[in-house]
Amino acid sequence: MKIEITVNGRKRQFDVEPNKLLLNLVRDELYLTGTKYGCGIGECGACTVHLDGEAVLACMVLAVDADGRQVDTIEGVAKEGELDPVQQAFIEEGAIQCGFCTPGFIMSTKALLKENPNPTEDEIREYLKGNYCRCTGYVNIIKAVQSAAMKLQS
Amino acid sequence: MSINKVNTHIIPMEFEYHAPTTLVEAAGLLEKYGDEARILAGGTDLIPHMKQRKVEATHIINIKKIPELACIKETSEGIEIGANTKLRAIELSPLIKEKIPLLSEAAKTVGSVQIRNLGTVGGNICNASPSADMATPLLALDTIVHVYNREGNKDYTLEEFFHGRGEVKLEPGELLTGMTVPLQPKNAGMAFEKVGWTTFDIATVNVAAVLTLKDGKIDHCRITLGACSPAPTRVYQAETILVGEEPTQELFDEAVYLIAACVEPRQRWRRAPPEYRRKASQALAIDAMTRAIEQARRLAQ
Repeated sequence: MKIEITVNGRKRQFDVEPNKLLLNLVRDELYLTGTKYGCGIGECGACTVHLDGEAVLACMVLAVDADGRQVDTIEGVAKEGELDPVQQAFIEEGAIQCGFCTPGFIMSTKALLKENPNPTEDEIREYLKGNYCRCTGYVNIIKAVQSAAMKLQS
Repeated sequence: MSINKVNTHIIPMEFEYHAPTTLVEAAGLLEKYGDEARILAGGTDLIPHMKQRKVEATHIINIKKIPELACIKETSEGIEIGANTKLRAIELSPLIKEKIPLLSEAAKTVGSVQIRNLGTVGGNICNASPSADMATPLLALDTIVHVYNREGNKDYTLEEFFHGRGEVKLEPGELLTGMTVPLQPKNAGMAFEKVGWTTFDIATVNVAAVLTLKDGKIDHCRITLGACSPAPTRVYQAETILVGEEPTQELFDEAVYLIAACVEPRQRWRRAPPEYRRKASQALAIDAMTRAIEQARRLAQ
């Protein structure tokens, strides 16, 4: 099937089988391998991307379903070689260890801060509960989100 | 939370994809392909099931392109919610928060934000999972569901709609278009309680309560229990003894005894044994009723 998806602001045409997942489309066809395959059943959040501005799981969306829509992945977050304040905050706060979950966390954090620019710790934990991290114990991730929120507000 | 033991990288089967833009077209496709077709709404259940070959469908009908299926609006009968309304939209809707906060509260307990951005209320009901977190509160709100086929519309109460485990009253060629939550009695206190393996998980037990007080006595009363029998159940016996009485601890203790009696053990209950469910349903019901009564008292002032 012929589809057209705007990926990170660029319109792209694809010819895909209906059973192709959005996750595999961005990873295998566009080589945007920042979006990770974690569990494949919607529990870990490693494949979080934005579909029309909403955080969703790319492992549960058919590529054909994204036809005509806008997909943003972690690769589109840094603009003109400059890291996004959220990315910068994750580095500064040591919120990255092995880094596998980080793209998912950053995409979720971006969605959170867009909706709620000044979240409390409880709100952050609630919003990010769909993203698993097996290294950091979450403490530094929460700190990074708070510091990114402060940076974005000033 | 289930442990992933199979390859879920890909969907290991081929299917034909349809994206109808009108209800007539969708019903036509459903009629034509019958059992071979499955509806894709949110996909949060269907896609993992297809990956694990639990569902083998050769035709996938995506109903996201039908605009009238996604809506939340106030009508003369109550609040109408389209079948394809995202759980996240229900959670955040100001109208629902004001008129039926129970639904917003329940929607918030489903999965993560990413899941709720995909999953729909119609999907939650049509999967007919006994532990569906929207079904229990919708049942407590006396919801009417609307079914469409090419001959016309049919309405069922939610209780009629659930046939049993994993089955809803949909014939080939029919689809759920939405539901109407009737206007609730004024000053109704509502509460939803749930316990799962994690806060992220589907329910092991869930309970919804809608109560009103009149002269200090319980007037309108709905108690529903999920995940404990083949379909979410309204506990009539408990409602009967509650109505017309003053809400006391003793009365609640008596009522939850009847609620626990609704737990029908199933042969393969993976999440928790019957005894756990009986005890958890009692505890959750007490919490839900207490919270609903407190709310009703506040509203009555």
